[in-house]
Amino acid sequence: MKFAGIIFANLLRKKVRLLLTLGSFAVALFLFAFLAVVRYAFTGGADLADAHRLVTINRTSIIQPIPLSYRDKILGIPGVRRVTHDNWFGGMDPENQREVYPELIVPDDQWNVFLKDRQGAIAGAATAKRFGWKIGDRIPIKTTIYGGGAWEFNLDGIYHGKRPQDDETQFWFQWDYFEEKVPDRFKGLIGWYTVQLDSPDSAVRVAKTIDQDFLNSPYETKTETESAFAQGWVKQFGNIEFLILVIGSVVFFTLLLVTGNTMAISVRERTGELAILKAIGFKDGSILFLVLAEALTIALFGGILGLGLAELAMPVLSNALSGMLPNLILSKTMLAAGLGFAVFVGACSGVLPGIGAMRLRVVEAFRRI
Amino acid sequence: MAIPVIYNFRSVRARWTSAIVAVLGIAGTVGVFVAMLSLARGFRATLVSSGAYDNAIIMRAGATSEMMSGVSLDSMKIIQDEPGVARVNGEPVVTSEVVVVAPFPLRETGTDANVQVRGVSANVLTVRRNVKIVDGRMFQPGLSELVVGHYARDSYSGLTVGRKVNFGGGEWTVVGIFDAGGSAFDSEVWCDSRILQDVYKRPNNIFQSVTVHLSSPDAFQAFKDAISKDPRLDVDVSREIDYYAKQSQAMTRLITFLGGLVAVVMGIGAIFGALNTMYSAVSERGREIAVMRALGFSAIAVVFSFLIEALLISLVGGAVGCVAVLPLNGFTTGAMNWQTFSHMAFAFSITPDLLVGGIIFALAMGVAGGLLPAIHAAVRPIATALRSL
Repeated sequence: MKFAGIIFANLLRKKVRLLLTLGSFAVALFLFAFLAVVRYAFTGGADLADAHRLVTINRTSIIQPIPLSYRDKILGIPGVRRVTHDNWFGGMDPENQREVYPELIVPDDQWNVFLKDRQGAIAGAATAKRFGWKIGDRIPIKTTIYGGGAWEFNLDGIYHGKRPQDDETQFWFQWDYFEEKVPDRFKGLIGWYTVQLDSPDSAVRVAKTIDQDFLNSPYETKTETESAFAQGWVKQFGNIEFLILVIGSVVFFTLLLVTGNTMAISVRERTGELAILKAIGFKDGSILFLVLAEALTIALFGGILGLGLAELAMPVLSNALSGMLPNLILSKTMLAAGLGFAVFVGACSGVLPGIGAMRLRVVEAFRRI
Repeated sequence: MAIPVIYNFRSVRARWTSAIVAVLGIAGTVGVFVAMLSLARGFRATLVSSGAYDNAIIMRAGATSEMMSGVSLDSMKIIQDEPGVARVNGEPVVTSEVVVVAPFPLRETGTDANVQVRGVSANVLTVRRNVKIVDGRMFQPGLSELVVGHYARDSYSGLTVGRKVNFGGGEWTVVGIFDAGGSAFDSEVWCDSRILQDVYKRPNNIFQSVTVHLSSPDAFQAFKDAISKDPRLDVDVSREIDYYAKQSQAMTRLITFLGGLVAVVMGIGAIFGALNTMYSAVSERGREIAVMRALGFSAIAVVFSFLIEALLISLVGGAVGCVAVLPLNGFTTGAMNWQTFSHMAFAFSITPDLLVGGIIFALAMGVAGGLLPAIHAAVRPIATALRSL
């Protein structure tokens, strides 16, 4: 720490250069945070999945329905605690939905009103905000698939996710109301089942049993853990991960070049001073330390600046992209990884000029000036 | 008098490490900029080329994609008799279609992805004239036979001519491969709509969309007016090309927004890099500049000269960036089309105007990064600069 003075004095020697280098780091870390968040937005669903849950869909594809009558058979399989069913429009099983998705929280009083209201509906906080709905609103929704004019709903409650990443965009309403309104050919058919297990260990066995039970029936099923189901969607996106990795590497190498070059220039300019330091008795290690410390300080401050900006910008970006991507959230892990990345680049950029300075031969250096 | 450009070339050569850093910084930025935009272009081009200007697609009123639409057989019969529908031998050129998705394993990863399966009328090739059978034959009406788009054949295993595949609870034989000119249909699988309705247990009198070939491109308005006035119909009509352009909007907007943001932020970073390089050049060359001023070159000439140098560096950077991403042109990749829940193959499309855009972007970064240091160099008092070294 006794060198702090000289390090700061050196940093401030060229203020424009210091600002530019800090800026480069800030920009790179901002991008790092942004890419990490986008990657998570595309792939994060699998991390959020609950290991206690299985998803059963029609084997043909998710757009094909399965009969409601499968419900009791699935419930009879040992290891199954609860089953709920949903469909794309939002009709769901009010008896089990809340228990199967404990991370989506509806206050008890709202839930109790909903249970008694045939036309009741519960909306996710994000959806309610998007359309400006308040509890008590009467909401007409026109379906293009099921026809029958506008369906009327009463918004009885709004659910919030336990974690900030949870999906707050769903719209739930009573299954009975759905059955009553749809044309005959849709009656008795649901979109998918979500099966809650007693223990994640039985996932493979239960999934197999469900699919075997309905094999060779007119509606064969495909049952997966929630996490495998989410990953299946992610894989269809195409190579988002690869794309982000490529952009990330380009940013990384560009930054490394820029900062490495700046450090090299600033060390080169100071050859004389470094030679004097050595002449008056500074050890090689101390010289290396001085140069590295300077690079690391810039990296650290630039990194904090960039991550801070990203933190500030994220709500704005999240708003701009709402409806296209799920909530963008900058997690603590990402921040920590970002700082680590900044320090790593700082160290890399300082190490070559530092070694050059360390190897400097005093006599030659003096001759050069 | 202007300072000779050869001075700039020599000075770049003398400080080549810094110059290369600046060049690479700009190249990286321009490369990402061009690549992202070409991705968005490719996605859009694929969908837009799916639609023909002289075709019209009819879906249920309010439906934004075929997935959520339904048109009854009765409506379809009314539609095909409206004015403006092309006729061949007295028969209307109309295809009524059913669209579902079915999972097939992607060759690349071995995991399933949703393929759009389209049940079509037997005369579909007279409606969609850009679609040609390139291998095997067309399916026979009434049989569970499939014709497969050539991207779909290349993307998924098991979709080659002669193979039998199972989906939806039926067994199908692949009898032909079609080429739809790089459009979204190339990622689809087509079969007889009646058979598809049976296999997917859908009623035989409901289709998801009806596509008609118009007697002439100008007949669209009359056709649309006739349909909207008809009280028996509750449907929306759009030109096929507009329908597909609309489908591409969400994805194109997402890619352009994300790509644009990344490119702009990287651009700021590259400007910092260029500023750093140019400022170092100016400060290292303080005495040179002072000597030139003492020799009688004007301050303007010095600014101009430094600007030329910055533009030179950025031009090279821009060119390197463009050349580096050029091999991506035509490279096919796949992505999810959210409107249809299905996977669609499309190619990066790097057009000359994108490349020009990339170079302009690079030059703009050069000006932004070079102007301040150039002015800084020109306004330093000559005497001080000469003395300082």
